[in-house]
Amino acid sequence: MLATLVLLLAIQQPHSRVLVWGGDAEGGAPFVEADPADPSQVRGFDVDVAARIARGLGARSARFVQVQWSNIDQSVERGDFTLGLSGVEDTPTRRARHAVTIPYFEFREVLAVRADDQRRIHALADLRGRRVATLGATIAYDLLLAARDSTGIIPISYDDDVHPYTDLVAGRVDAVLLDHIIAQRALRRNGNTGFVILSQPVALGHYVGVLARGNSVLRDSIDAVLRDAMRDGSLEEIFRRWGIWDDAQGAFLATAVSPRSTTAAAPVQALAYLPSLLRAAGVTLLLSILSMTLAVVVGLALASGRLYGALPIRVLTTAYIELVRGTPLLLQLFVIYYGLAGIVRLPALLAAILALGLNYAAYEAEIYRGALEAVPRTQLEAGRTLGFSEAQILRLVRGPQALRYALAPMTNDFVALLKDSSLVSVITVVELTKQTAIYATNVGSWVVPGALCAAVYLLMSLPLSRFARRLERRLGKQGP
Amino acid sequence: MSALLAIDGLSVRFGARDVVHGLSLAVARGEIVALMGPSGAGKSTTLRAVAALQAFDAGRILVDGFALAPGPVPAESKLRPLRRRVGLVFQAHALFEHLCALDNVTLALRHVLRQSRVESEATATRLLTDLDVGGRAAAWPRQLSGGEAQRVAIARALAPDPALLLLDEPTAALDPVRRSALGTTLRRLSQQGRGLLVATHDAAFVREYTDRAVSLS
Repeated sequence: MLATLVLLLAIQQPHSRVLVWGGDAEGGAPFVEADPADPSQVRGFDVDVAARIARGLGARSARFVQVQWSNIDQSVERGDFTLGLSGVEDTPTRRARHAVTIPYFEFREVLAVRADDQRRIHALADLRGRRVATLGATIAYDLLLAARDSTGIIPISYDDDVHPYTDLVAGRVDAVLLDHIIAQRALRRNGNTGFVILSQPVALGHYVGVLARGNSVLRDSIDAVLRDAMRDGSLEEIFRRWGIWDDAQGAFLATAVSPRSTTAAAPVQALAYLPSLLRAAGVTLLLSILSMTLAVVVGLALASGRLYGALPIRVLTTAYIELVRGTPLLLQLFVIYYGLAGIVRLPALLAAILALGLNYAAYEAEIYRGALEAVPRTQLEAGRTLGFSEAQILRLVRGPQALRYALAPMTNDFVALLKDSSLVSVITVVELTKQTAIYATNVGSWVVPGALCAAVYLLMSLPLSRFARRLERRLGKQGP
Repeated sequence: MSALLAIDGLSVRFGARDVVHGLSLAVARGEIVALMGPSGAGKSTTLRAVAALQAFDAGRILVDGFALAPGPVPAESKLRPLRRRVGLVFQAHALFEHLCALDNVTLALRHVLRQSRVESEATATRLLTDLDVGGRAAAWPRQLSGGEAQRVAIARALAPDPALLLLDEPTAALDPVRRSALGTTLRRLSQQGRGLLVATHDAAFVREYTDRAVSLS
């Protein structure tokens, strides 16, 4: 027992000497990215900053934990890691909710537009009625929301910072507002063609480290380490190494060395988000109804093809059904939205309806096939002896009877679709779950947004289940 | 008088098993013929072959000038003349479960004979009333008793006014009162000039209500 305790302590001990920090390697260079030489390791200026902080704290080393960028705040509060660091923005809400370090990098929110638009577009104000993309739950997204109300631009939110630029080049959006180092990286990746970055920044922002609310003592130590790193030039060296140093950064670091007070802003009012949640619920409902309509129509065609078609049609419909059911919906969404972009450039909402509808059609088809096959053979034979054609038997006898068997699984599918529609946020459609995530990131907690979101989903799905049960009972009266 | 139905050397094989072998029979207009034999003797199979629900291997079936030949059942589009001539009452009735009794009868009138709703409902009501189930027109099939369901099924089969009516084990689920009422009904249908072929193993019923019997062994 004692030996076990000693062993446990021995294992525990080194951990306290390691700074565990979290970031999103999917965000990529120059922040954090998988090292091409050794993909199990990460590299980037935030990696070096984390290492510098660890050294300054007297820790043996810094250990990286992968976390989705939008979940950094929640994860640091949960204790998944001590320090969140990966282009984390300095916002009043974040300062109110968590322990936040002094800023260590100043970035400019810059607009990127297609080269042929650069003469016409100089600022957000020139983008009235145009689609402007950015990363969701960022200062840039808040800027776009404000600009929507003031100048009438259309904000488009993405889950990553790569696709806004590919969609800009593809013509799906008219501008991208993001941090200048992200914009510069995207331009380099695109071979310095396709779009230009406007020189006049829309706003300034800062990257900070974020710690759990109760961890302010460690935060103060990290602040001291960061100030040291600014004074002794090691921060400048890191930024120079990653090619993100410029004169503006020098001016910023010079002023940042002096201690500054942190101001806490009032927490965002929970109810202020209700209208946008309801709007997003409308998107979810519209998306689900249109997708389900498509799924029913295509599903009926597939089921008929599988039951009545000639051999080639049976093979094709079966292949479609198996292909769609055997691959993830997420993949299908990406293929339809991004994969087909070279052939047809579908608007996001239409791509979402197509992907969901065509995916669910495969499941509907199997429900209809099962239901049609469940209709007793003598019912069909009775129809034939009366002189009905096969089409009439399907329409007048088999279909209506199959409907009774199909109704319950169809309702299940619709409720599932209602929830699966949240997946389409990956192609920039802001529906209920995405809106909730944005809301949760802004207020720094999932409790109220999560509960509200769940309530809205239930409000939509419960009446539906009730309606289906009633319909089933009514149809059931006719059956055996 | 020429036969309404002439079966000549009918054979049906299920795999290696001879279900019907070399059966010949004829049914004239106004005649009730019983097709007798124990269970599994091929009575239902014979009726199904005449109704073109079942392929047969040899022989010939002639219904009022329309011939069925051995081989696969022809497409429905080729069977229209036969469908107008032959009605079949299934043993388990096979009423359309999603329609009330009246609509079970009107369905073919409206969609095959293209009658108007009013016309088809008048015809159906008359048929149901003749068969003593006029009061059950609005009932769903599962609400009907066995005897009522059978009479609705007869009304449905009679709707297209077929010359030949096939009945599969019609007395199987009937009490004695219903059984004699059925016999009277069949008699009346034959007097209207229809030919009836009744598959049954009910010898008493055959003696009492049919003109002659053909035995399958």
